[in-house]
Amino acid sequence: MIRFLLNDRLIEVEDTASDTTVLDYLRGNAETSSAKPATEQRTGTKEGCCSGDCGACTVVVGEPEGDRLKYNTMNACIALLPSLHGKQLLTVEDLAGTAHPQDNQNNKSELHPVQQALVDHHGSQCGFCTPGIVMSLFALHHEPPENQPDVLEALGGNLCRCTGYRPLVDAAESLANGQPDDKFFRNRAETLSRLQTIEQRGSVSGYGAFIPASEDEFARYLVENPDARILAGGTDLGLDVTQQLKKINKLVLVKSIPSLQTIHEEDNELVIGSAVTYRSLKPILTKYFPEFAQMLDRLGSQQIRNQGTLGGNIGNASPIGDTPPVLLALDASLDLRHGDTLRNIPLNRFFLDYKKTELKSGEYIARIRIPTTPHQLKVYKLSKRYGDDISTVLAAINLETSDDGHITRARVALGGMAAIPRRADLCEQILTGSPLNQETLSQAKAALCQEFSPMSDVRASSEYRLVAACNLLERYFMELSGQNVRIICHA
Amino acid sequence: MRKLPDLASEQQQSPKSGNRSAKHDSAHLHVTGKALYIDDRPEMANQLHAGFGLSTEAHADIVSINFEEVWNTPGVIAVITADDIPGHKDIGPVFPGDMLLADGRVDYIGQPVFAVAATSHKAAKLAARKAVIEYRPLDAILGIDQAMAQNSFVRPDHTMKKGDAGQAIGNADHRLSGQMSNGGQEHFYLEGQIASVIPLEDGQLHVYTSSQHPSEVQKLVAEVIGIPLNKVVADVRRMGGGFGGKETQAAAPACIAALLAVKTGRPVKFRIDRQQDMLSTGKRHPFRHRYTVGFDQQGLLAGVDIELAGDAGHSPDLTDAIVDRAMFHSDNAYYLNNATVIGHRCRTNTASNTAFRGFGGPQGMLVIERIMDDIARSTGLDPLEVRKRNLYGITDRNTTHYHQRVEHNVLHEVIGQLEESSDYWQRREAIRAYNQQSPVLKKGLALTPVKFGISFTAKHLNQAGALVHVYTDGSIQINHGGTEMGQGLYIKVAQIVANEFGVSLERVQVTSTRTDKVPNTSPTAASSGTDLNGKAAQDACQKIRDRLVDFAIEHYGVSGQEVSFHDDEVRLGERQMPFADFIQAAYLNRISLSSSGFYSTPEIHYDRETASGRPFYYFACGASVSEVTVDTLTGEYKVDRVDILHDVGHSLNPAIDRGQIEGGFIQGMGWMTTEELVWDDSGRLLSNNPATYKIPTIEDMPPVFNVELFQQPNPKHTIYHSKAVGEPPFMLGMSVWCAIRDAVSSLSDYQVNPQIDVPATPERVLTAVTSIKKAAL
Repeated sequence: MIRFLLNDRLIEVEDTASDTTVLDYLRGNAETSSAKPATEQRTGTKEGCCSGDCGACTVVVGEPEGDRLKYNTMNACIALLPSLHGKQLLTVEDLAGTAHPQDNQNNKSELHPVQQALVDHHGSQCGFCTPGIVMSLFALHHEPPENQPDVLEALGGNLCRCTGYRPLVDAAESLANGQPDDKFFRNRAETLSRLQTIEQRGSVSGYGAFIPASEDEFARYLVENPDARILAGGTDLGLDVTQQLKKINKLVLVKSIPSLQTIHEEDNELVIGSAVTYRSLKPILTKYFPEFAQMLDRLGSQQIRNQGTLGGNIGNASPIGDTPPVLLALDASLDLRHGDTLRNIPLNRFFLDYKKTELKSGEYIARIRIPTTPHQLKVYKLSKRYGDDISTVLAAINLETSDDGHITRARVALGGMAAIPRRADLCEQILTGSPLNQETLSQAKAALCQEFSPMSDVRASSEYRLVAACNLLERYFMELSGQNVRIICHA
Repeated sequence: MRKLPDLASEQQQSPKSGNRSAKHDSAHLHVTGKALYIDDRPEMANQLHAGFGLSTEAHADIVSINFEEVWNTPGVIAVITADDIPGHKDIGPVFPGDMLLADGRVDYIGQPVFAVAATSHKAAKLAARKAVIEYRPLDAILGIDQAMAQNSFVRPDHTMKKGDAGQAIGNADHRLSGQMSNGGQEHFYLEGQIASVIPLEDGQLHVYTSSQHPSEVQKLVAEVIGIPLNKVVADVRRMGGGFGGKETQAAAPACIAALLAVKTGRPVKFRIDRQQDMLSTGKRHPFRHRYTVGFDQQGLLAGVDIELAGDAGHSPDLTDAIVDRAMFHSDNAYYLNNATVIGHRCRTNTASNTAFRGFGGPQGMLVIERIMDDIARSTGLDPLEVRKRNLYGITDRNTTHYHQRVEHNVLHEVIGQLEESSDYWQRREAIRAYNQQSPVLKKGLALTPVKFGISFTAKHLNQAGALVHVYTDGSIQINHGGTEMGQGLYIKVAQIVANEFGVSLERVQVTSTRTDKVPNTSPTAASSGTDLNGKAAQDACQKIRDRLVDFAIEHYGVSGQEVSFHDDEVRLGERQMPFADFIQAAYLNRISLSSSGFYSTPEIHYDRETASGRPFYYFACGASVSEVTVDTLTGEYKVDRVDILHDVGHSLNPAIDRGQIEGGFIQGMGWMTTEELVWDDSGRLLSNNPATYKIPTIEDMPPVFNVELFQQPNPKHTIYHSKAVGEPPFMLGMSVWCAIRDAVSSLSDYQVNPQIDVPATPERVLTAVTSIKKAAL
């Protein structure tokens, strides 16, 4: 049975299909097997696109992080109901009337400070995106001061077609530095303890969903059920349901497995659990690979970064995933597990063809290993729009150079240039052993043109991709020589 | 009413709100999720949901349709095709051509072919995918070039002419000609198209629609079913955004839902989800522009010859008026001198393009702004200098190419103030210096004006009605023909009503726009919402007030001059009484406390035969300065700073007006930059969801964004001498495009005019950069 708190009410879902989205559940559109209504009538949360791209459906999910209750935004339109297990779900309806201490709470209609700020700054026009913006602001407001993301980063996944955003920035800034003083903050200890009793650290079979408690249990389950779909962040899987109208009858969740959520700093490498989210990844990457970390701010939106996982980005094997080229340029490797069998393969050998990988039936990505040896990694994400856009080209370049100005080792990895994220082998060969100069650059560019014939699609033409990829290599050369030639800094 | 409301408690509160920048009337509902959109309304016990099946061919005859799998989908209750439409099959708003459901032939990919009703939204969606349609393909026309080459038009062309452009250009010192194009634009209203129809007794229908034009929805629903208009009520409380996309194209889902409701006898809701919405509905018109201009060494225009070709898509919809408006605005703010402007209306096999904020105006202005920049580069003058020189004069050089005199010209003042407040000249120098020492990153700067004609060019639409009720507790209800799509029309009209009765805003309730309260209304479009409906509401208030004054004269023995209304009080000579008490006295003395109001815009006319007249009551103006940095390795760019000064007349609500200006600018910037519609070779729209179609996000907002209102009262007799503000700021976004071209041109030391069509995507910018670099080698 899937159990979660909706605000402070315990919800037990028994007879609703696991591939029901949180949004359908909230808005009363979920289909149930029994006659009794199992869904809510919370229509404050809106459907704008049903693909996780507009943010109108933004809700907030509270979950334990250590001894803290962490509030994160999520796109309810593509989130599947089982992903709420053991969590607290808050929607726009929950906020008004919570700003004052309980004994003094006599006015349910009194707006929450984030709501009031939006009203005060004329932050709504047509109002359809507003509930989502309220929830993004709420989550931002609840971030501990040391962890406050940039306002633009926090709201980048909430499209507004009316205001031009200025009043939203003003509203957000008027809230900055304010310690939240609302019911949710005051009751955090109680909420945490309620969530801990729900979670009960045991495997939970839902209606078509399996939530393993340990990695061993998960590995076994997957061998026995190779047809089960793995639900990690669900930011891609949800689209199968909402856009392809596919029915998913067997789901297995991995976010509850502690060992897939950990990050270890070992002697010469980082070992990252495959279910670590982009957002949780950022601090450690900032320490070792700041360019990688900065690029993450432009991967999807905050809602996506809160949910999406590194393992998912690799496992999907999309040619336009943002992390694989970077991981390729860093010589990352993967721990793949099948039952009790573990193997480690370089990422370079993982991607076989369009959406085809080395993963065998019943096998999964357990951990990602990134060497932390010295590097000169630079990451260039090129897209039509700055924020929340899929890369036209993503170039991750990492050259090792000797004191006499020669390239001793070359890694040039590209996304959006082929059916898979891949290294530019020929280009790397040209670069290795060559001096860092214009002549080498020209030859390397020629090699890129020789070994890639990218496709033309909705994002860009083949020619642009190729010219831009060559120019990004040129940029790398310029940057190594100390010239600052970037406006699109990721940070 | 036997017993009147007790006013004792009411009189103690009654907050005074003299604040002109009143909050949006729904702000508290928006932020709490309590504002009801159509999909949020509670569903009925026997509720059905509609879905439609879309064409997969750009142009084809339908040979057969097999619905077997559709019917086999659980939950399906009804399936309809064009054959099941009892009344009109064509819902074209002005001219025929818009089949509600394809009738034997499809004209674009995404065209609705049939509709289903099912017990859930999901079931309807699923079922609608399962029909097997056999097509016999026909030749398709894709793109303006092909349409022009094959003389494929939805309407005849139209020409506006002043003087002899050919001769003037021939005699000029310098000549320039060129060609460019602009893409369309998806409205991306956050709430997609939706309607919900409830069948009532005696064949009546209540239609909840997310439409900017409830009267047209009422009419079309009645026509497709074949019943009189008085059987149908169209009801619009609010839209989750419109931008023109719900002016004509909200009617189809309402008609489909109505047909299915009549067929099944059950309430039917039709919510079109995002991808189907983007595939099936029209967008802003793409245009191709060709021009030849003659000018002197000072950059002054001697004559222009402009050919505009707009892509109507497969049917006329509003294209005639849209191309006309593009032509009317091909001068933007400049005196063209001798001019010939011809406008073509191309038929292509895509969705029927429709109204979008600016309604052709933006497309018309683009080309003359490009011309200004290109003249500057030919003459070595600064683009701002060329623009200022060519502005319409105050006392002379002030007749447009459609022979309307430009009166009350504020362009010189607006630009003068803005060039100073934005430090234009100092920044121009700084940018030149920066570009000299920066090999890869190049900065650009541009100031562009906007002069936008206010009034529907279809004269009969310039009318509005309102209905005001004063109740016996002193509260007031106002209803008018305008719809609320976020622009703040309701609050502005409420402010007008409160002001007319001298009462606080809290006394005034605006109710949903319904065709049974105010009939025969015009669309809320052409920026005219407040101008028209505000005046109609004022008229209704004044009628009631006149009755109240007459009553006061008779009942209290005062003269008319001694009666006044303010601060929730009525002054009667020496005496003063609370508004509500006075209203009760009037009621008891049998004074009518309700009135309709009406307004029609004076002075306007346009003769299409002679292409001359006064189509616009007045012009709303503004200007913006944008500074950008372009990355010449990738074509990426950033908008670093924007300064705007915009003319709103005497603002009714400065906060709401500022919201329109900022929102309009960002939407315009999106059209100029990242919003790219892409079709494949078969005519299928590839950018059909927000993952592939990119409107600006908060991260695209310029880090420095200075917006000021130019508040000189409108000399024309508009409502409190305000000016319309809905569309004009959209075109302020042009300065971003001009600044990008300026930056790229710096690579040639401002000698070359970069060919960067709209939208200036990074790819287009890099292509222009590459071509300049190659030419330099």
